[in-house]
Amino acid sequence: MPLHWLVLIVLALSAVGFFMGRGRALQTAGGDRRLLHSLPHYYGANVALSAMVPAFGVMLVWLLAQPLIVNTSIERMIPTEALPEGNTLSLVMSDVRRVAQGLDIAVERGVLSDAEVASLRADETDIRAMLGDVGVALGADVPGPVLEAAKNHRQQTARGAMIMSIAVLVLALIGFAYAFWRTNAQFRARNIVEAGVRALLIMAASLAVLTTLGIILSLIFNTIEFFRLHPAKDFFFGSVWAPSFGGGSELAVLPLLWGTLYISLIALIVAVPVGLFSAIYLSEYAGSKMRAYIKPLIEILAGIPTIVYGLFALLTVGPLLLGLFGSQGLGWMQAGTAVMTAGLVMGIMLIPFVSSLSDDIINAVPQSLRDGSYGLGATKSETIRQVVLPAALPGIVGAILLAASRAIGETMIVVMGAGAAARLSMNPFEAMTTVTAKIVSQLTGDADFASPEALVAFALGMTLFVITLCLNAFALYIVRKYREQYE
Amino acid sequence: MYDYSTASETALDQKTIKFSARDVQVYYGDNHAIKDVNVDLEDKTVTAFIGPSGCGKSTFLRCLNRMNDTIDICRIEGDIKLDGEDIYDKAIDPVQLRAKVGMVFQKPNPFPKSIYDNVAYGPRIHGLAKSKTDLDEIVEQSLRRAALWDEVKDRLAAPGTGMSGGQQQRLCIARAVATAPEVLLMDEPCSALDPIATAQVEELIDELRKKFSLVIVTHSMQQAARVSQKTAFFHLGNLVEFGETGQIFTNPTDERTESYITGRIG
Repeated sequence: MPLHWLVLIVLALSAVGFFMGRGRALQTAGGDRRLLHSLPHYYGANVALSAMVPAFGVMLVWLLAQPLIVNTSIERMIPTEALPEGNTLSLVMSDVRRVAQGLDIAVERGVLSDAEVASLRADETDIRAMLGDVGVALGADVPGPVLEAAKNHRQQTARGAMIMSIAVLVLALIGFAYAFWRTNAQFRARNIVEAGVRALLIMAASLAVLTTLGIILSLIFNTIEFFRLHPAKDFFFGSVWAPSFGGGSELAVLPLLWGTLYISLIALIVAVPVGLFSAIYLSEYAGSKMRAYIKPLIEILAGIPTIVYGLFALLTVGPLLLGLFGSQGLGWMQAGTAVMTAGLVMGIMLIPFVSSLSDDIINAVPQSLRDGSYGLGATKSETIRQVVLPAALPGIVGAILLAASRAIGETMIVVMGAGAAARLSMNPFEAMTTVTAKIVSQLTGDADFASPEALVAFALGMTLFVITLCLNAFALYIVRKYREQYE
Repeated sequence: MYDYSTASETALDQKTIKFSARDVQVYYGDNHAIKDVNVDLEDKTVTAFIGPSGCGKSTFLRCLNRMNDTIDICRIEGDIKLDGEDIYDKAIDPVQLRAKVGMVFQKPNPFPKSIYDNVAYGPRIHGLAKSKTDLDEIVEQSLRRAALWDEVKDRLAAPGTGMSGGQQQRLCIARAVATAPEVLLMDEPCSALDPIATAQVEELIDELRKKFSLVIVTHSMQQAARVSQKTAFFHLGNLVEFGETGQIFTNPTDERTESYITGRIG
């Protein structure tokens, strides 16, 4: 039975359960809903949930587990001597899966019947040509063991799907019947539904945490693999970044880290004063009408995709700077792509970040503090400088650190604005590159995935992850530590 | 010069008019909050503003140092003169005015700074101290006047926000006093304090009367009777009655005043 039918049937069963459960509850109370423990729809929801949740749960686990189990059992069937020269088991297994998928399609289109599939023999039929006709292209002719494995794979998958359908339907019916049988006026359906809501929320929350864990795990294993192939000392303390895909690369993180920090620094030098001053203007000086227009306009900046900022850097800011500092002007700059270009544009990108966070923080400073200062004869700017900003400082520092971790993680603007040369230099008008930009270029290159040149991307990612994690943790620490100072 | 001790005690007897208000109207948008208020506030005197909530007493108080300027929709008509000068004149800088007319608020609002810096805030802004020793002197004097010196002299560097509510309010008074104002406005200064702290602040108010003119808004009739020499009763935006405190509380001329004092309206 196709999966979507199974889902629909269970859903339909739940819907029927909802109305039947509600009806039965009302009936046991003799039609007087005041005699019920819970509102009627809670009884309905209880029956619907009982039918749906265990069934879908089993379905989900089954769908995740079945391919693993089938694969293991098929792998054991393939004799090691059947492996072609230079091929690994995983490559053969992907062939098997592809052939099995092709056979499925062939049966579906009516080219073959199930009985014909069972009697197919690799030395009698040109499987490759036949599957090519139904749109499944294979890289090579199908050897006998692979065809047998594919047939077996098909069989096991089909059998598994059938057992799953039956199990799911039976579970749905049992859940339905049990909940329906339990429904009476005294039954506490409301509490059950409440527990269900709670479980749903817990699941949503843990999903986010688990994803983070998964990301860390996927980075860690590849990072360890990289450090097995490349000495950690060279990675952390070397000073040259020169990957060569033939091997013997020098892969040091320092030039990339320097580029990252230099560009971020310039970005922050642009974004912090401008963002902070605009936040002060918006929260302290602007009238409510002005604020209503300007605040959304600034926040539009935050909605622009970074690739568009990259274009802006490449087409506008770079040539502009080149005109000023290039050979026509001061002669400090060779090309439009430079640390300065990327830093300036990234700074513009961060302005709404700093300004809107600081604005909220400044607004949270109690009006009584401002009144106290005005009442002593302080002017507006004295009040802001000496009372409002010190009170808001921890929050503002937090905002700046958050902006910094965004700057460090930014990629597109760097790729388009700062060039691709990894170098350790103090000149802000030279091209440099960052950790993120190099992660992209290392992974999208032609390098073998198992080579240090590709795996270095994971070590770089891990380094970046740790740095931004520390920054975020530090920001949170600062914000928490000083948050309640003025209450 | 910043020296309180030279001011003579004889000033107590010469009652000069400090503030004089004529036909003051205040509007918050369309809401007519203060209607035709005429009042003369004397120097070296504690004047209490009493009345039910929303009667306009705080609004009128905030007119006296132009704190209402910070509210966009607020509009003020009529004359308010400080020492014969119209404070709403274009030539008057509200910032200068507020240095002369200090204010203490309902809720203690110490700045998130040290005790010392809280008190030194006004003198620093207005350049009242010529040197560090001068500033130390002002801070000590002000804290002594606010009856806080003995409690905090060993921890002047501690944050002002870490003190108890009563101490915080006395710190705010010390802060206001340090700016050397001529008039001190107090908007329900004891409403957030316990009875002991209230008694301390009231004692302080009586002490401060020797040097300043004070105006205090209060909801406590007993407090008004205890600390003030003059009392003004506001009701629905009107100044109903103004006179000697003793007379207002024992023999009010207006029956609304009598009703309020005896607890029948409010």
